[in-house]
Amino acid sequence: MDVETLLKVNNLHVSFSTYAGKVQAVRGVNLYLKKGETLAIVGESGSGKSVTSKSIMRLLPSNSAQIEDGEILFEGRDLANLPEREMEKIRGSEISMIFQDPMTALNPTMTIGNQIIESLLIHQKLNKTQALQKAIELLKLVGIPNAETRVKQFPHQFSGGMRQRVVIAIALACNPKVLIADEPTTALDVTIQAQILDLMKDIQKKMGTSIIIITHDLGVVANIADRVAVMYAGKIVETGTVEEVFYNPQHPYTWGLLGSMPNMETKEDLIAIPGSPPDLINPPKGDPFAERNEFALKVDYLREPPMFKLTETHYAATWLLHGKAPKIERPLKLDKKRLTVTKPVQKDAIEITVPNEPLIEVKNLKKYFNIGKNELLRAVDNLTFDIYKGETLGLVGESGCGKSTTGRTLMKLYEATEGEVLFQKEAVHGKKNSSELKQFNRKVQMIFQDPYASLNPRKTVADIIAEGIDIHGLAKTKEDRRQRVYELLETVGLNRDHANRYPHEFSGGQRQRIGIARALAVEPEFIIADEPISALDVSIQAQVVNLMKKLQKERGLTYLFIAHDLSMIKHISDRVGVMYLGSMVELASSDDLYNEPLHPYTQALLSAVPVPDPMREKSRERIILEGDLPSPSNPPSGCRFRTRCPHAIETCAKMAPEWKEAKPNHWVACHIINS
Amino acid sequence: MKNNEQLLNGELTDDLFEIAGRRAEDSEKIQRPPLSAFKDSWIRLRKNKGAIVSLIILVLILILAIFGPYMNEYKYYETDYSAAYQPPSSEHWLGTDKFGRDQWTRIWEGTRISLYIAVLAAFLDLLIGVTYGAVSALIGGKVDNAMQRVIEILVGIPNLIIIILLIMLMKPGILTITIAMVITGWVNMARLVRAQIFKLKEQEFVLASRSLGSTNKRLILHHLIPNTMGLIVINMMFTIPSAIFTEAFLSFIGLGLQEPLASLGVLINDGFQGMRNHFYLLLYPAIVIVGIMVSFNILADGLRDALDPKMRK
Repeated sequence: MDVETLLKVNNLHVSFSTYAGKVQAVRGVNLYLKKGETLAIVGESGSGKSVTSKSIMRLLPSNSAQIEDGEILFEGRDLANLPEREMEKIRGSEISMIFQDPMTALNPTMTIGNQIIESLLIHQKLNKTQALQKAIELLKLVGIPNAETRVKQFPHQFSGGMRQRVVIAIALACNPKVLIADEPTTALDVTIQAQILDLMKDIQKKMGTSIIIITHDLGVVANIADRVAVMYAGKIVETGTVEEVFYNPQHPYTWGLLGSMPNMETKEDLIAIPGSPPDLINPPKGDPFAERNEFALKVDYLREPPMFKLTETHYAATWLLHGKAPKIERPLKLDKKRLTVTKPVQKDAIEITVPNEPLIEVKNLKKYFNIGKNELLRAVDNLTFDIYKGETLGLVGESGCGKSTTGRTLMKLYEATEGEVLFQKEAVHGKKNSSELKQFNRKVQMIFQDPYASLNPRKTVADIIAEGIDIHGLAKTKEDRRQRVYELLETVGLNRDHANRYPHEFSGGQRQRIGIARALAVEPEFIIADEPISALDVSIQAQVVNLMKKLQKERGLTYLFIAHDLSMIKHISDRVGVMYLGSMVELASSDDLYNEPLHPYTQALLSAVPVPDPMREKSRERIILEGDLPSPSNPPSGCRFRTRCPHAIETCAKMAPEWKEAKPNHWVACHIINS
Repeated sequence: MKNNEQLLNGELTDDLFEIAGRRAEDSEKIQRPPLSAFKDSWIRLRKNKGAIVSLIILVLILILAIFGPYMNEYKYYETDYSAAYQPPSSEHWLGTDKFGRDQWTRIWEGTRISLYIAVLAAFLDLLIGVTYGAVSALIGGKVDNAMQRVIEILVGIPNLIIIILLIMLMKPGILTITIAMVITGWVNMARLVRAQIFKLKEQEFVLASRSLGSTNKRLILHHLIPNTMGLIVINMMFTIPSAIFTEAFLSFIGLGLQEPLASLGVLINDGFQGMRNHFYLLLYPAIVIVGIMVSFNILADGLRDALDPKMRK
């Protein structure tokens, strides 16, 4: 081990005992971390990336998990076999960890000051006043204003982004040499994510900490990492510097990952990786990715590929690099994507299509929730827009902006507080008899966010899909019903054998496709997709998006696509509406919106999205929004965005901006923009 | 097979490097055999040794409670002063008490009372508890508010007070205990079911069903009840031993069944008085009640692990 290398993991094997058998979560991982560098571990859920990081910290549940083999060398000591007492000294002071969810990572009954000094008192033997002084310094370091007063407050007095800063402050308290961040920004909104990533980079510069960041988001990797390790089915399949992995990827899985992520310019279909990751109870022989790899060689099914060395830093485990393997050009699309990225954003000729008839008209829609004590939660406030037949309208915004409520109100799952929604010129809300309701329910359907919560765990897939068929009496006979279920399963790319199984046997992507099949069963005209892909892995997201696009083409569906992922929404939508705190701030065709965003919020949102391109990530300027989302029960007066707006003027506080058409078909609500 | 092995260890021949393409279909296949939620729970339960042993003990106790009293010629009220305080022998398997009554017969007679209480507790839980909780959660709003206040009042009054009040009106006995349980026994279940249904109501699969246009009846029968079943079973298994114990306790302190009726509580009280000289009188009923209580609790624990969908992978 040379001086530069701080941490080295050799041939790590970790398994979990479950009642179904032994899950081999990590199967021979090798990695190293140098002083002051950032290593990103990317992979889908279940690829073993979190388990690897938890093994380094020795935080695996001791009753079920076991480090079977391998060593974890940290400054010459093997952490895998260190007694627990020794490990306690290292945890927090030498290596510390940032967790995914800032809401649960803090103890709600302790002041944050006490939580920060906890490790200082244990590891650095400071007295209480010194420690508190250090805590205030740390809070200042992570950018928390009024640190002196904030240090005495409790976690619930902090917003999500602020809490994550506190978590980072705790992790940094003892000046650790290694910081492990397990999906540190996944639970945060894009604008907050941008703040936290900047903070982490800043801290690394100041303190020289080495960082291991675990993520599934290639954009985040491109933004922050020096080196990348791509994990699949418990193994590292490719590793190298960011540039090597992003610009010269060698493993077909890396190709797939990069291809399945849209950037702002992707027009054509995404390259989805078909299939699902293997079951690690019986990991496949040979290359675990072979079954999903279109270039799989015969040898892939028989033997595990070794790591082939490409450069000093770049390694990949695929037989394609063997001398005898046929030369395979990596998918052209990947290169094309890169080309368009390096070019300045080109303007498409703005097509002014004559809008055809609106399918849905939303007029001054309001939805308030009574949250007790005479407080009103203004979830949706004064929305006006149309959805045209056959189009996809995207709805983006940060969490809590009211986009899901909008979807549910359109679908009559909630009654509107005020305003109206017309579907095919007929009012959706108000009294309806049951046959009218049934008619409406057949035409409008919904796809839900959480593939784990949206399927009834006690029913078979056939019964789940056929629920609509049963309710509306669409099948005359049992045989007819079965045939319809089979057809639907095949439409969404599953097979007939799946009909008699239960939801818990499926992976997230498969479940989401079952959800789509259920919605399609009643042959709807309009589908509201409420964050249908945000709970899925990147490669699976592309499958679902491609499926939705295909179905739209075949069946002439109209979509309302709700998401917080801007690049995905840009990819799928014809027009995009941006929401902020219950109201819509901008609505335009997706090209217009992305090329010429008018509203300051849209501009900030667009600049905050990390793109999977390291060169661009490292060079571009961001508009970082200060602060957090205000509470929707007590929104700011006038323009709701004014508290975070970099261009706010006096009028903004006085009156709400008008919803106006600034350019043809480009609507915006902002005082500083004149039509 | 041999061929494969050769391929695994042999030279990397050229033909190994032909493109075979993907087998995406294979990766979509689910290798594990199909499992219904019920079967899955059963497998989990079967793996839990403690739960299975408890189940066997309970079945054994149940069989003995049914057939035990008929296995010899004595009746539980039959006294025989010439044979008082006999230690266990081939004549009287578990000995006799101060009136010469056969202890074997009395123990299983007492167990019958305990099992009657168990069935009663389960029945009340299901009938009143589940319905009350479900109605409260489904209607919500003001009705829910009123129904919850009623429950709070019931919880506020200790069981013992209710029984004592009842005894002022009627004789102590099985009927009094039954009525007392009717008044308060189902409260816990009602609260749990209410909480569960409140949670389920907001779940996306219920929203999905509503958006497909399903009626309330369908929602309840197809979605809410099946998903509450596990909780109901588990809670019932915990209520039963505590109900059994309540009866035994009341009988022990003299507020429950009265002599010559036998209940495990009555027998333990009897044995307790003669504990110094005739320990067997206390020992056997104590073993039976401990067996019932421990077995029910361990089984309930096992069921909770087996039925909780959160534990499933």
